[in-house]
Amino acid sequence: MIDQYVESASTYAGDIDNVILLILAIVGFWFLLAQAVFFGLIFKFKARPNVKAQYVSGEKPHEKRWVALPHYATLVFDVLIIVMAIKVWHEVKINLPEANSTVRVIAQQWAWTFVHPGPDNKLDTADDITTVDELHVELNKTYHFELTSRDVLHSFSVPVFRLKQDAIPGRIIKGWFKPTQTGQFDIQCTEICGIGHGIMPARIVIETEAAHRLWNQANAPKLADAAPTTPPTSAGGMP
Amino acid sequence: MSTAAHADHGHDHAHAHHEPGFVEKYLWSTDHKMIAMQYLFTGMAMALVGGFTVYAFRMQLAFPGMSVPGYGRVTATDYNALVTTHGSVMIFWVAMPVLIAALGNYLIPLMIGCDDMVFPRLNRLSYQLFLISAIILVASFYVPGGAFGGAWTSYPPLSAKAEYSLTGLGSSMWLFAVALEFAAFLLGGINFVTTVMNSRAPGMKMFDVPIVVWMIIIASILFMASVGPLIAGAIMLMFDQQLGTGFFDPAKGGDPVLWQHLFWFFGHPEVYVVLLPAMGIVAEIITVFSRKKLFAYKTVLYTAIGTGVLSFFVWAHHQFIAGIDPRMANVFSVTTLLISIPVAEMVFVYIGTLYGGSIRLTTPMLWALAFIAEFLLGGVTGIFLGASGADIYFHDTYFVVAHFHYTFFPIAFIGSFAAITYWFPKMFGKMMNETWGKVHFWGTIIPFNFIFIPLFLLGIRGDHRRIYDYRHFPDLMKAGMQDLRILATISLLVLLAFQVVFLVNFFVSLFRGPKAPMNPWNANTLEWQAPSPPPHGNFPQGLPNVYRGPYEYSHPDRKDDYWPQTEPASEPAKT
Repeated sequence: MIDQYVESASTYAGDIDNVILLILAIVGFWFLLAQAVFFGLIFKFKARPNVKAQYVSGEKPHEKRWVALPHYATLVFDVLIIVMAIKVWHEVKINLPEANSTVRVIAQQWAWTFVHPGPDNKLDTADDITTVDELHVELNKTYHFELTSRDVLHSFSVPVFRLKQDAIPGRIIKGWFKPTQTGQFDIQCTEICGIGHGIMPARIVIETEAAHRLWNQANAPKLADAAPTTPPTSAGGMP
Repeated sequence: MSTAAHADHGHDHAHAHHEPGFVEKYLWSTDHKMIAMQYLFTGMAMALVGGFTVYAFRMQLAFPGMSVPGYGRVTATDYNALVTTHGSVMIFWVAMPVLIAALGNYLIPLMIGCDDMVFPRLNRLSYQLFLISAIILVASFYVPGGAFGGAWTSYPPLSAKAEYSLTGLGSSMWLFAVALEFAAFLLGGINFVTTVMNSRAPGMKMFDVPIVVWMIIIASILFMASVGPLIAGAIMLMFDQQLGTGFFDPAKGGDPVLWQHLFWFFGHPEVYVVLLPAMGIVAEIITVFSRKKLFAYKTVLYTAIGTGVLSFFVWAHHQFIAGIDPRMANVFSVTTLLISIPVAEMVFVYIGTLYGGSIRLTTPMLWALAFIAEFLLGGVTGIFLGASGADIYFHDTYFVVAHFHYTFFPIAFIGSFAAITYWFPKMFGKMMNETWGKVHFWGTIIPFNFIFIPLFLLGIRGDHRRIYDYRHFPDLMKAGMQDLRILATISLLVLLAFQVVFLVNFFVSLFRGPKAPMNPWNANTLEWQAPSPPPHGNFPQGLPNVYRGPYEYSHPDRKDDYWPQTEPASEPAKT
């Protein structure tokens, strides 16, 4: 359902979509049934002259059944939803598969800084590539991200991955993703972070292995003259 | 306290009573009905503030950059202040005062058959604190830096430091207003619970208390039990703001997530604090206008208590992705889905009450039925958000916004309109106009759905919250998305326009409406045995005795289809 509107570009996006679809099917059915009964009763029992309402206490067992049965149905479907939701939750948020590469994501008022490991695929080395508001990743590689903030709370959201995680100053939060489709997509900050919250967009660029290697080579600081803290050539920036 | 004096007023009203002056009667009153009116009218005035803010920021969303008529250009700073104020006002200064304070104050003494609250002066103090809090909140728009713009949840470090929020004074005023308002409702809550426990009419047993009174009591207990941590948190946050302490500052060893726990430990029960009274209102109205006994009274009561208890164990579902230990999400996912059971059961019971009824679609009944229909959608969409796996995508999107408006709008507005149209004859001694009431009903319900269905769709398509201009996000400007935003805004304008119909009907009926009889709806509960409007002391003919439960409609042994709680049985009572 979601992928009709927002592309699905990570290994777990489809699983999250399926949970949403499952819930939609279950609650959609019960919602329509309840509304049908509700409106049916209103029309069936509209006041008519000289017809007195029935006296029903709802305390007798055969009456209580009408509430008890939906009650148990709710319980059963709740359990089903919980199991499926927790399964996906484990996959996305608790499970941390081996990574091919790690990127650092630093949020601040009001920009994203992304530290890529560069050609040597190791962070905190001289060839790290630091960009602003543009994250470059390679197709079909498992990434870890290390998320932090320099000031207030932010939230790192990549809708095409179905990924979202708040960034907290003073803490590094780890997570993972594995892109499955090339293209350029929005990165959002989804936690209000001050007056510039609405102008904190970034883009994620998912590239093939060859394109990513080229990008690495073009943007890696020249080892001779660069300290790791040197600002990057501006690879980022918004249109 | 002064209850003894008030009892005198009740019994020989005519001569023991000096005529109070304007100030004493309208501003300094200890009469529960007048305090209820003060809360009601203050709540209605604040609803205009909340309505105006949403008008301004929705116009900005639909037509970004335009100068909004009556407001001007909405800057990013304005936008944040407007959404923050809209949320805070509608929940704390509209839903709470109208549903809990106004209706609780008005209905509790009348429905349990006593002359006033147990602590009338505490009651007056409660309103006065509330009024001050409202003034402080509104005043914060006019201080240097402007009103607080860090969302109604006020997460630090953004809310804790002026250098981050850029609204140092505004943040503190917001926080002080909220804390003061909670103190006001604490006083009210103490009063409600004490009054119902001690002042019920002779013969009124626990299961003879109308559901709406029970609901207000359960809500008051929930409020009192949950608000402590938040008031403590608010003081800590104020220390962080003004004294430079570091409770929520990681650089000083604090933890910003702690605030979220304190806030939501209150914030989630708060949802039920306003939901339960609205549910109670609906119970009163659907029984009266379907001429039916409430289906399974005790089940309603126990599910309400169950909901209340469970509501203390769900708060972290607001924080699944906020950096809490991800394993904790499993626990809160389970409790959150479990709370759907008692709430769903309450809805089933109400639907069951309609069975076999003789349903009259009066204006209050339309509102009560609309509450059930609309709240159902709000309820089921909550499942998507309570299920941790699905929440990763939906968290902080417009799906959340649409979901809680499908719960809060029915609660705060549909519930309040139901209550006002139902109790108006009692409150003011005049009947409201039914035709204009129905015009207002349809003019509110239809656009309401056209506002929030588009927001569900936008949430599904990835619109995230509190963004003042989506043109910065290429993926959120795809075909049709701006049309949905415009549709929601236009529908809002229609909805707001129809509120004029309500206000005109309200005030014209208040002054020129036909005189209301004592019991215009042929209802059973005690307030309808007092004159319309009830005088100081409520029951001039003497405080009532109670002989049966509140919902004995269409009893087979009776010719009339109602059986007031106060009417002695001709044969020995069956109860």
